[in-house]
Amino acid sequence: MLCLLRLLRSLAVAMVLFAPPALAQSAEEAFTRLNADSFSDTARAVDILIATAHPQAAPIIEALAESRLLAGGGAVVVRTREGGFIDARTGQTLPAQPAGLSPVRLNNNLRRVVQAALGGLGLLNPDASKRTLAAEAVFKSRDVSLLPVLEAAIGKETDAKARAALRQAQAAILIAKTDAPPFDRIAAIDVLRERGDQDALATLRSLPGDASQALKEAQTRAITEIEGRLAVWRAAQNLWYGLSLGSVLLLAAIGLAITFGVMGVINMAHGEMVMLGAYTTFIVQEIIRTSFPGLFPYSLAIALPLAFLVAGLVGIAIERGVIRFLYGRPLETLLATWGISLILQQAVRTAFGPTNREVGAPAFMSGAFELGGLAITWNRLWIIVFAMLVFASLLAILRLTPIGLQMRAVTQNRRMASAMGIRTGRVDALTFGLGSGVAGLAGVALSQIDNVSPNLGQSYIIDSFMVVVFGGVGNLWGTLVGAMTLGVANKLLEPYAGAVLAKIALLVLIILFIQKRPRGLFALKGRAVEA
Amino acid sequence: MITRFLLQNMDRRGYVFLGLIAALAVLMPLSNLLLPVGSAFHVPTSTMSLWGKYLCYALLAISLDLVWGYCGILSLGHGAFFALGGYAMGMYLMRQIGSRGVYGNPVLPDFMVFLNWQELPWYWYGFSSFPFAMLMVLAVPGLLAFVFGWFAFRSRVTGVYLSIITQALTYALLLAFFRNDMGFGGNNGLTDFKDIVGFNVQAQTTRAALFAMTCVMLIAGFLIARGIVVSKLGKVVIAIRDAESRTRFLGYRVDRFKLFVFTVSACMAGVAGALYVPQVGIINPSEFNPANSIETVIWVAIGGRGTLVGAALGAVVVNWAKTVFTSGFMAPYWLFALGGLFVFVTLFMPKGILGTAQEWWGKRRKPTPTAAPAPAPAE
Amino acid sequence: MNAPAPGQLTSSLLYLDGVSVSFDGFKAIRGLSLTIEPGEMRAIIGPNGAGKTTMMDIITGKTKPDVGTVMFGGKVDLTKLDEAAIANLGIGRKFQKPTVFDFHTIEDNILLALKAPRDVRRTLFWNTAASQQKRIDDILGIIKLGDARDRLAGSLSHGQKQWLEIGMLLAQDPKLLLVDEPAAGMTDGETAETAVLLKEIARDHSVIVVEHDMGFIRELGVKVTVLHEGSVLAEGPLDQVSANERVVEVYLGR
Repeated sequence: MLCLLRLLRSLAVAMVLFAPPALAQSAEEAFTRLNADSFSDTARAVDILIATAHPQAAPIIEALAESRLLAGGGAVVVRTREGGFIDARTGQTLPAQPAGLSPVRLNNNLRRVVQAALGGLGLLNPDASKRTLAAEAVFKSRDVSLLPVLEAAIGKETDAKARAALRQAQAAILIAKTDAPPFDRIAAIDVLRERGDQDALATLRSLPGDASQALKEAQTRAITEIEGRLAVWRAAQNLWYGLSLGSVLLLAAIGLAITFGVMGVINMAHGEMVMLGAYTTFIVQEIIRTSFPGLFPYSLAIALPLAFLVAGLVGIAIERGVIRFLYGRPLETLLATWGISLILQQAVRTAFGPTNREVGAPAFMSGAFELGGLAITWNRLWIIVFAMLVFASLLAILRLTPIGLQMRAVTQNRRMASAMGIRTGRVDALTFGLGSGVAGLAGVALSQIDNVSPNLGQSYIIDSFMVVVFGGVGNLWGTLVGAMTLGVANKLLEPYAGAVLAKIALLVLIILFIQKRPRGLFALKGRAVEA
Repeated sequence: MITRFLLQNMDRRGYVFLGLIAALAVLMPLSNLLLPVGSAFHVPTSTMSLWGKYLCYALLAISLDLVWGYCGILSLGHGAFFALGGYAMGMYLMRQIGSRGVYGNPVLPDFMVFLNWQELPWYWYGFSSFPFAMLMVLAVPGLLAFVFGWFAFRSRVTGVYLSIITQALTYALLLAFFRNDMGFGGNNGLTDFKDIVGFNVQAQTTRAALFAMTCVMLIAGFLIARGIVVSKLGKVVIAIRDAESRTRFLGYRVDRFKLFVFTVSACMAGVAGALYVPQVGIINPSEFNPANSIETVIWVAIGGRGTLVGAALGAVVVNWAKTVFTSGFMAPYWLFALGGLFVFVTLFMPKGILGTAQEWWGKRRKPTPTAAPAPAPAE
Repeated sequence: MNAPAPGQLTSSLLYLDGVSVSFDGFKAIRGLSLTIEPGEMRAIIGPNGAGKTTMMDIITGKTKPDVGTVMFGGKVDLTKLDEAAIANLGIGRKFQKPTVFDFHTIEDNILLALKAPRDVRRTLFWNTAASQQKRIDDILGIIKLGDARDRLAGSLSHGQKQWLEIGMLLAQDPKLLLVDEPAAGMTDGETAETAVLLKEIARDHSVIVVEHDMGFIRELGVKVTVLHEGSVLAEGPLDQVSANERVVEVYLGR
């Protein structure tokens, strides 16, 4: 303990008496003392190295801590971790180990001095980001012995971020330091309140129980405020997760909204179209990996149109081959498409095996960034953007293109449309192809966040139906609102109920909701509905 | 009066079915118990249990046919009622294990001891009593069907919407029963049964008795379902299937008729599940899988919906085929075959085996029309 | 408007006042008022989209009006009841498109319509009494389908289905019959016979007939109400109504 106090005093003094000319001389004293082979001299040497901010102070003290510091005959040499040798005075590499050196010994007291010194060293590092990191470390360790160094560092800190980190570290120490001036400790609470994260909260809670009334009040206020702020961020984070889940649901369901909503066809194989899209991505990436590695960043862009085509063509084949014979018999369509989904799943299982396939993420899809208190991953962000793009394009296709017009015409009055010269069979096939193709697009996106396996589609089909039924059939906006509502509701319920219960609760709620509004949120009314 | 209700207007097909099941109920256990193992007519216990399973499925199929074939309610969640009945039976069987479990706890089943539970959850009370458990086999699926149906039919959820929410129902139950803290054994379900009403579940005689019991219940289920569909209520139910709104304008409360049929059907499915569990020796959450329920639909469709006998036939045929397929080198192709069946039946055999056969039979002996010639159609 | 004086209210069998309903902004019925006296037969005509079917939907409980009064027998508020309750009060309906139960025999169709308890228990344990069987036979005779009683209703011709549906109405024995286009798709001979049948029914029932066929209406010889754009345009004997300039304008267009 004595030893520590001595170190602190010396550090403080050194900081105050910051005088370059005296440095060289003092540093030389340190090297002399390191040669003395006495614990107290070594401790003094460490003090001096720190106080003089010797450029080699960090490697020397680190080496000392790890018993890699050698001394003898006036020389002091650092043995690097790799086994090379460096002159401690100059930092120059030595060709070979000089003779007559022995390791500088350590005892427990000295170890403590060295550890504290290492902490303090970081705070004085010339690199601002290193200083910030060191301050963070001190914030966590709340090592009271570093307080003087901290104060000194704050005094000469110019970088705003590092300064804030240093002040927070100082505050973390002060708050537990019962002999610090009360005014400083209240200010410390304020600093922590501004920091306002989970760590600040923990630190605030470490305020000793015998603190004064004023301190305790300040602490309570700060904790309440931080908790309030954290709750808001948590809610925002959950909202973000909800939107992300919602956009995934939207992608999975929007193709269904077309086939079910516009055509009235229950396509139980819809999930398998999503799966085909994901496997298309896998194949594209395999080919790129083996033949054109340079194209990997573009693999998703290449996979998108291919997935649309593959799923769309399979969809058209299903429509022409099976579904068209079953129009007007929705329950039979449901069964037949279920059969198709079994066949497709088994086909993929036979071709690619039952296990998960690895689909890689291009650089722009990986990683995360922070926005305030939010952690946002790039892949989720891109999927939200992608879902919105798909939604907007589908809306545009249905509203603005001739095929969209024909689709709507056939939906509203098949016979009339046919009489007007619209080839309803072709429109049916194209509509189904479009719905399936969109499912393929969804598969490309989902391959980035989910396991690509033959069961991929199955896990989405019930959720997709829930979205379409909840949102109201025949209305793309309903699907959007439905997907987002379900996604957000799911994620907001999760913290209270857990993932599985949240899902169950939601299913039950939808079941109840359908009782109330059998045709969903955005339902058509009037006589046409009954027809 | 009840006999009259059950046997009114029995046709030849019905008698053949009843005779066949009754014969199975007697002959299979007898051959299993009395004939020597080497005999050509000896039925191994495993085969008998397998057929017991088929017949449980047949009862489930009949229950589904009652709501789908006659009332037009395509339930994609009938597996849930089957599984609930199975769980009720499973809970009884678990309580019968007593202190013979791995952990030797006289009250708590092994999985609860494993989860460090201290006492039996309230909803396990009473299941040590066989009559109570049997009551629950009927009451739990029946109550769920009643509550669900009460909401759904009153607000006139029909067609595919109803199908989708029945699927959501069984899916929600699947997720729920997977949870350990539900107190139903989580992922592993209930298994390692020892006794049923004092007899060893594994014993050959018990298995024979269970098989015979299954036949008896199948007969009972068939007679009840038939009694319902040939009654005036059955006519109302068919009317609802074909023209729901018209039936309402005749003054029938459509929701109540649907609710009645749906609830009866759920109870029947529960009984099927309860008979299934002791014969296969396990019940776990996978029985709630929506895929199982849809598979049940295809049994009914293949056999011929709206015929009851056809549903039972379809269940046995498909499951027999499944056993044959999945036990040999063709195992990887079973799902292709099953998927193909779905497509083939809906496209080419919408009336199923029995309906198609009937039509074919009808055409061959057409020449004597019983109905009077139709009056000249109006032009 | 032909709203009745308050004193008449209790004596009317059916009383509609100020009824409006709209679907997605489209006003199918606007301020419709109409009264039917006990034992009265009324013909309702009007061009397509005049609100005839919607009016029937409102009376039978299929559609709930946004505003307005719908009273039956002077005291029952029909807007508060559902279809089955209204049917059991004694309002029967025949649809524009004949809807019979295709997979039931003709006899079973009549049996299902026959006035009897409609609850689950009593339908499950139903036995047709001799008097009820006689009533069924009588009705089959009236609609001339006695010989075809075992045929499936789905095999009937369009006209026969219309008659079967009228037979079902008779079996229901309602106080008020709503008959939507009974003569649609019939030959002239059949139309005439239908008119006779309806007149016969009208002797002890109140009837509302919606029809396009002017000849048929003339044959019925009853008071006519003309609907246009969801409200009453004219009311009175057919000759008087067909002389009305506005009615001519609506039917022939401008």
